[in-house]
Amino acid sequence: MDSALATSSPTTLPPGCGPRPTATAGERSAALTADDAAAHPAEKMSTRDLRAWFDKTEALKGITLPILERRVTAIIGPSGCGKSTFVRCLNRMHEVVPGARVAGSVLLDGQEIYAPNVNPVRLRRRVGMVFQKPNPFPTMSIRDNVLAGLRLGGEKVPDPAGLVERALRQAALWDEVKDALDRPGSGLSGGQQQRLCIARALALEPEVLLMDEPCSALDPTATARIEELIHELRERYTIVIVTHNMQQAARVADYTAFFHLGELVEYDRTDVLFTRPSRQRTEDYITGRFG
Amino acid sequence: MTSPDRQPSDPGADATADGERAGRVPGPARASRSSGPPRSPDPSDLLRPRARSERFVRIFLLVCALVSIVTTVGIVVVLVRESAGFFAEVSLADFFGDGQWTPLFDDKHFGIWPLLAGTLLTTLIALLVALPFGLLAAIYLAEFAPERARRVLKPALEVLAGIPTVVYGYFALLYVTPALQRVVPGLAGFNALGPGIVMGVMILPVIASLSEDAIYAVPASLREASYALGAGRLRTVFRVVIPSAFSGIGASVILGVSRAIGETMIVAIAAGQQPRLTLDPRVPIETMTAYIVQISLGDTPAGTLEYRTIFAVGLCLFLVTLLLNIVAHRLRRRMLKGGLT
Amino acid sequence: MSAPSSRTHDLAIRRAELAPQRAFQAIAIVALVLPLLLLLFLFGRSLVDAWPRLNWDFITSFPSRKPELAGILPALVGTTYLMGLTALIAIPVGLGAALYLEEYARPTRLTRLIELNINTLAGVPSILYGLLGLEVFARVLGMGRSLLAGACTLALLLLPMVILASREALRTVPPSLREAAYALGADKWQTLRGVVLPMCLPGVLTGVILSLARAIGETAPLITIGALTYVAFLPDSVHSGFTALPIQIFNWVSRPQAGFHVNAAAGIIVLVVLMLLLNGAAIWLRARLQRRVYW
Repeated sequence: MDSALATSSPTTLPPGCGPRPTATAGERSAALTADDAAAHPAEKMSTRDLRAWFDKTEALKGITLPILERRVTAIIGPSGCGKSTFVRCLNRMHEVVPGARVAGSVLLDGQEIYAPNVNPVRLRRRVGMVFQKPNPFPTMSIRDNVLAGLRLGGEKVPDPAGLVERALRQAALWDEVKDALDRPGSGLSGGQQQRLCIARALALEPEVLLMDEPCSALDPTATARIEELIHELRERYTIVIVTHNMQQAARVADYTAFFHLGELVEYDRTDVLFTRPSRQRTEDYITGRFG
Repeated sequence: MTSPDRQPSDPGADATADGERAGRVPGPARASRSSGPPRSPDPSDLLRPRARSERFVRIFLLVCALVSIVTTVGIVVVLVRESAGFFAEVSLADFFGDGQWTPLFDDKHFGIWPLLAGTLLTTLIALLVALPFGLLAAIYLAEFAPERARRVLKPALEVLAGIPTVVYGYFALLYVTPALQRVVPGLAGFNALGPGIVMGVMILPVIASLSEDAIYAVPASLREASYALGAGRLRTVFRVVIPSAFSGIGASVILGVSRAIGETMIVAIAAGQQPRLTLDPRVPIETMTAYIVQISLGDTPAGTLEYRTIFAVGLCLFLVTLLLNIVAHRLRRRMLKGGLT
Repeated sequence: MSAPSSRTHDLAIRRAELAPQRAFQAIAIVALVLPLLLLLFLFGRSLVDAWPRLNWDFITSFPSRKPELAGILPALVGTTYLMGLTALIAIPVGLGAALYLEEYARPTRLTRLIELNINTLAGVPSILYGLLGLEVFARVLGMGRSLLAGACTLALLLLPMVILASREALRTVPPSLREAAYALGADKWQTLRGVVLPMCLPGVLTGVILSLARAIGETAPLITIGALTYVAFLPDSVHSGFTALPIQIFNWVSRPQAGFHVNAAAGIIVLVVLMLLLNGAAIWLRARLQRRVYW
């Protein structure tokens, strides 16, 4: 992967990263070697000409972007550029807002999620979300918060204790709260609350985890913990993280997309985007000329 | 672009979602999921099954909300139906033309004016008490009171409105009337004055509270303009602020009147049961509401003309209070929109 | 026009200018405090008058022709049953209506009509609810002069208050929590049941308790549907006749004998104590809610 991108259009993918046909679990595990995975990641999700509106205002003006499997994709850009809106379209949370509209296509494993017979509620079990401001349920204990996704859906949990421990370990919170699982979820510090929300999302075993500025309400120490966590989670989950902090994107993300005024300006591997961006606007943004 | 902070609506765009998922886990069995290759996507995973429970819930809740409409319709239907039966026998001319109300005597008269006069008289007396006191209290609370005093006094006034009206009736009959009898010559045991004064105390919080809101809502810019012209505090309050708050104050007065007109127990206990076309506050009278109580306590059989009188009176009461409430509502809307007087 | 040397004098505030304002404030304070003092005085007097009769015997006896022997037991029991039954009816209907209006309703004409209705009903005199209850519950639906009819009537009377309080409680739940639930794959009803309602339940209960505190003093509608004023038994089912505290007080006040007036005063004290207890419970509940500690 070199700077062959210098003259190509902003929305082409880096060479070697093309969509692959979906395969069964068996085929896939046989085919995947470490090299393969590194060189040819599959497209877990992708959008084609995605547009979104809030009432009459067009927030996204035709985004075509892949989300590669088991990679961290960062979305950066100045405030109001549509980053959050984009990510909320990936799990059909955008339409929850009254007056919101979507057009275009979003695929999950090759399947259109905006097809009329798709149940958005079920989609959100596979594509989980963590919000900017940690929002654990105050009426529930830590344990109940982790199990909330399953309980709310009316599902029986076969091994609640095991599930809680697994999810909290994955979220790097187990050691801190294992003796206090019955305490209310709102009693933790900001960083711990956010990790609790991550555990809550992971308990549903999603395939994709969307993170909408997960650290912007946290202090630097907590932020560092979460960034560490993202590094660990990336082995198992496809992660999309929205951030207004470019250094964070540079630290955690494999691929970065730069949005501006509702458009996708540039998408590339993080190291390329930050060192040899192919668009002037990108360069202006990352050098701090605006935003 | 931040999402507008409105309450999120239905998470499932067409308001249907899987309601019966107990025990069923979407997708293939997830016995061991902690590591390993990703499971193959099952296209049926995302598909939407028929869900009735969501619609069921919605309909049930709608029915609950419709109870309010049913109540209003019920009141109107009940009043109109029985009144229709009443007016089949008593002409409107008699109802509004006769000066006597004696449905239970042998010589029956069905003129509504004595009852109306009784109601009006007690209401007027109540207003004479509540308006000055209430308005003064409102001005003080809105313009002059320090925050600590306001926090104590405002709820204290609300207490006046929360006292059961039977208690007020007791006060009126056994304490207020005897005390008044010492100063007012010719004051009967049952009269309009005693309960009128007590009703005034009862509706005082209505006038005080709503007027205070109205005065408080007058924008600071108006006051500042007045001060800048060299007007003093009192002059600003009386010449600028109160006229601006007129709609709100008017609304509060009308609501207070409506409340007084609909009040039952105070007058049932202390005002008497003698319908009389008079404006003399010292003699026994009967109000519309007290009449309804009187008949309810007696043995008037259902379906008779005498029984139907309570609905005819009730209809009158309903129409009057409805009209007053509508006017008050309009005035308050004007005040909230920022219109001056 | 004064000479320059006395210019500063002109600007100084003169005592006389403050006087009208001070006088007005004094008058206003008096106007505010006078009714409160009057009320305090009247209550004090009734306490004094009630004192001879305020004893355990009074609370546990039945009414009687002799004032010294008459007690409020059936009225107290009736009021308790009535309040319980009313709450049982008013809470689901009121909460359901509030849920619909806050969570499901779209801004259509029907919704506006419903909201208009609720506001209108709040201003209807309570005795008209009695007429409604008399015709519909007592006669047409055949409940007769029973606890059930009384409870239904009172529930309708309280409905606007309960709906208002419930809507306020629902609004305190931040949208971020609903979003969190949706993002976990919960649908609307699951979110309401699992997240929103548990959070706003204390607020709803507070509103209900405050409504009950108001309902406990309601007399007119109950008299109209036929609650009895002289009851020598305790209600044994929802279909039995009943009396209530305010009705018993009304009955005693209406008698000419002074002895009954003492009973009425005692009844008033009991009623007011009950109201204070209910209001206290509501305040306690609200304080508990502030701390967000859930049992």
